[in-house]
Amino acid sequence: MAETPKKPLKLDELDKGFAEEVAKAGGEKINLCIQCGTCTASCPSGRRTAFRTRQIIRKAMLGCKEPVLADKDLWLCTTCYTCLERCPRGVDPTDVILAIRNTAVKSGHMLDRHRQVASMVMKSGHAVPIDEANRKTRVAMGLNEVPPTTHKSPEALKEVQEITKKTGFDKLVHHEWK
Amino acid sequence: MEIVRKAEGPLTKPYAFFLGCMIPNRYPGIELAMRNIAPALDIELRDMEGASCCPAPGVFKSFDKTTWLALAARNLVIAESMGCDILTLCSGCYGTLKEANEILKADPDQKEKVNQILKEFEKEFHGTIQVRHVAEVLALDYGPEKLRSMVKKPLPMKAAVHYGCHLLRPSKYREIKSPERPRFLDDMVEALGAKSIPYRDKNMCCGAGGGVRTASLDVSLDMAREKLQNIKEAGADLIVTPCGFCVFQFDRGQIEIRDKFGVEFNIPVLHYVQFLGLALGLPPDKVGLQNNAVSTEPVISKI
Repeated sequence: MAETPKKPLKLDELDKGFAEEVAKAGGEKINLCIQCGTCTASCPSGRRTAFRTRQIIRKAMLGCKEPVLADKDLWLCTTCYTCLERCPRGVDPTDVILAIRNTAVKSGHMLDRHRQVASMVMKSGHAVPIDEANRKTRVAMGLNEVPPTTHKSPEALKEVQEITKKTGFDKLVHHEWK
Repeated sequence: MEIVRKAEGPLTKPYAFFLGCMIPNRYPGIELAMRNIAPALDIELRDMEGASCCPAPGVFKSFDKTTWLALAARNLVIAESMGCDILTLCSGCYGTLKEANEILKADPDQKEKVNQILKEFEKEFHGTIQVRHVAEVLALDYGPEKLRSMVKKPLPMKAAVHYGCHLLRPSKYREIKSPERPRFLDDMVEALGAKSIPYRDKNMCCGAGGGVRTASLDVSLDMAREKLQNIKEAGADLIVTPCGFCVFQFDRGQIEIRDKFGVEFNIPVLHYVQFLGLALGLPPDKVGLQNNAVSTEPVISKI
C-alpha cells in the first residue's frame, strides 16, 4: 500500500489561537511543553496505538486545530495520569488532552458510543444502569432490588436531568428527551 | 516516599456511602461485602439517597467540565447535608468526587458557577466534607497492623495487587502521595496472610478508563490482556484491586479476551473489601463472590 504523502503545513491554515483556547478549557500549562516526549514514552495506550501525546501537544501549539480535534486517536487516552506525574515541565498533559477533548466535543467531534453513555446518565442517572440480571442478583444476595440512588428516586433523577439542561449538556450531545 | 499518617480521633464514624454505577449495578457483591465488613471495622454506612453517577470521568470530564463539576457537586451536597464524609469503593468515583471537591473548595469562581446551577434545586455546595476511598481509609486510619490483628482466617495465597490509576493519580489531589511505586495496598494484602507477588508492569493501567473501554474495546482489552499475561506468568492465584471498574475490566474482560483473542487466563478477581471480608471470617456468599464471570472457587478452596 502506498504511503500517504506528508503534506507541509500551510501557515494560513493554522489557527494561532488554538493553544490559548486549549489553555482556557483546562489545559492551562500547554505552553510550557518542550517536546521532550516523556508523556509518549510513559503512555500505555501509545505502546499499542497511534496515540501520541507529545505530537498532539505539538500540533495544538502550532495551531493545527481541525486535524487535532477531528482525530479519533484523541479518544485513546485512558487518563491513567502517568504522563502528568512524570512531565518534567509540569504541563499536566492529561489535563491538556481532556481540555482538547472538551474543545473537540464543542465543535461536534465525539464518538457515538460516548454519546450513548452520556445519554444513559440523562435517562437513568447512571452511566451503567441496573438491568434485569443484576436486579435478581441483588435480591438473591439480600440487597435491595435497586440501589438507593436515582434508580429509587424519580425526583432525584429529575434534578440530574434539569442540571444537564441548564448546562446545555443535553444539546451538546444531541440527547433526545422522551 | 509514602506519606502515612496516624488516625485522628476515633475510627467509629458514619460515612455517606457512595455506590456509583459499576458496583451496585454490575458487581453488587462488592457492595454486599462492604456492608458486611463495616460492623467489624466500626464503620457505619449511611445511604446517599438519590445519588447519581459520580459522573464518570471518562465521558463527562472529557465532554464538558462544567457539567461534570455540577453533577459531582450535586452528589457532594447530598453528603454535606448528611454531615458525613463520603466513602467510595471505586477509584473512578473517587477521582471525580475528590477532584471536584478540591476544585470547588479552592476556586471561588467555579464554586459560584456551580452554586448558580444548584440554586434552583435548593442545593448549595459549602465544602464541608472529605471524599475518601476505602483503601485510603484502611491504609491511613487503620493500617496493616490493625488489619492483621483482626484476621480470623488467614489467606495463604499469591495475590497480584492492582492499584488502579485513579486511586493514586493525579497525586496533587490524593492523600497518599505515591504515584509511581506504592506499597500501602501490598502491605494491606500481606496483612491478611497472602503474599503480594511482583509482576511485570504492575502499575500499568487496566485499560478501561478515559472512555477507551466504551469506544475502543479492542485497545482496552489488549491492555488488560497484557496485564493478565504478566500476572499469569508471575504465578498469581488471584488479582486483588480496590476499584470496581478495574474488577469489571479484569473479570468480565477475561471472557471478552477469550472470545476475541482466543486466550484464556482463568484468574479470579476480587475487590479488596471482598478479600478483607474473607480474612475477617465471612463466608464467600457474604462477600458476594458467587456472581463473578471467572470462577472464584480456586480462591475459596485455598482458605
